[in-house]
Order: sequence, then structure tokens, then C-alpha cells
Amino acid sequence: MDEIIVILVLLGIGYVFGVLAEKRHYKDIKKRERETVFLPVASFGAKQPLPDARDAMLFSGAVVISSDYFKTFVMTLRNLIGGRVIAYESLLDRGRREALLRVKEQAIQWGAREILNVRYETSTIGGGASGRTGPVSIEVIAYGTGIR
Amino acid sequence: MILTTLEGVPGKEVIEHYGIVQGSTVRAKNVGRDIAAGFKNIVGGELRGYTDLLNEARQEALDRMVLQAKQLGANAIVNVRFATSSVAQGAAELFAYGTAVRVR
Repeated sequence: MDEIIVILVLLGIGYVFGVLAEKRHYKDIKKRERETVFLPVASFGAKQPLPDARDAMLFSGAVVISSDYFKTFVMTLRNLIGGRVIAYESLLDRGRREALLRVKEQAIQWGAREILNVRYETSTIGGGASGRTGPVSIEVIAYGTGIR
Repeated sequence: MILTTLEGVPGKEVIEHYGIVQGSTVRAKNVGRDIAAGFKNIVGGELRGYTDLLNEARQEALDRMVLQAKQLGANAIVNVRFATSSVAQGAAELFAYGTAVRVR
């Protein structure tokens, strides 16, 4: 009985704080995306003729983001019936957008006028890597070439 | 040393290729960070300790790649890519590679 109460409390904490943190993060992401929207970002560039520019530099942004207790619990249930896992989709979405924003912010400071050939690299720490369900942390690296 | 993800360096001409250069790091989780991460696994959100670790690892991998390119006499690395893989439970590899070239 005690164990069930502990789990319920953790689920409650996870849900409340997880939703709050996610809302706050999305608000922050959207604000910063509006601030950096003037800088063009392209996922192509390697197979085009080289752009006309004075300088080029590699920029990368990294982020490690963790699921909360509630999302982990939802995932455990999802594993029984399968299907779309919306709880984790938002996690990956936040991670990727945050990583790209970090690239853009560094590039803007440097004075870039465009970022070319942006690539993402994603991996998991914890549950995903060991093949079991458990708390999952997602690490995302975004990188690209800034030109000015 | 100029690093780009393009197939050359804008405004410069590639005069010599030195082949592929690479650098990698394997990093493990650390107990101090794990306690914080364990708590964060309940409430969710960014794990700043791990983000720092990832940044250090990325820099280290790049540094090793750059060192290799310097030894070959290159002054730029083009078409840089990152790759990750998990080596063992709780350990992850970060791998950077690219083509060392001399540009003018």
C-alpha cells in the first residue's frame, strides 16, 4: 500500500512540475525563436557551389533533457499497447529546438548572416540505451557552418 | 584552423587533401551529477550537469581532431560530422570526423 502511495505522489509531482517546466520551456523557446528568426538556417549547402563569404566557422549547440516521472510512466503503459507517444515527442521537439537556438545565438554573436548545412545528432542516456523502460534523457547536438 | 560542415571553405580554394581526421571521447555518468539527474528524472527538464559534460566532450573530440589535422599540415577541416554511440551502460561515445585540407 505504501508503495502505491509513493508512486502516486511521484506521479503527481512529475505531472505538475513536468507540465509547468514544459510550458515555461516552450514559452522561452518561442520567444527566442522570434528573436533569432532573421538569421536564415539551411540544412543544405554541402553540395551547392560554395557561398561567397569572408569567414566560415563551425557552431554547435548541445542540450541534455530529461523526461519526468509521469512521462516515464506513460511510456511504460504505452509499451503494452503501442502507438504514438505524444509525451516523448514533445521532449525531442524541445531538445532539438533548444539545441538549434543555441547554435543560432552563438552565430548571431559572431555576426553570421547565414547558417548552412545544419545537422542534428541525437542519442539517449539511460532507459533507451539499455533497452529497458526507465527514465530517459535525450541528448541533442545541432551543428552547422556560419558564414559572414 | 577553419572548421566547416561544407565541402570547402567559402572564399578560399582547396589546394591539397590530407584524408580523414577524427577525434573521439568516451564519457561516463558521474555519481554527483547522477543524484541531481535522478531528481530531475522525477520533475523533468534540462540536465545542466550533463549538458556541460556533453559540451566538454564535444570540445575534446574537436580538439583531438584538430590536433591530428595540424600534424598532417592542414589548415582547415571540411565536411565535419558528429556521431554518437553508446558503448556500455551509462557510457557514451562522441565522435567527430572530417576531411583535412589545405586552403588558400
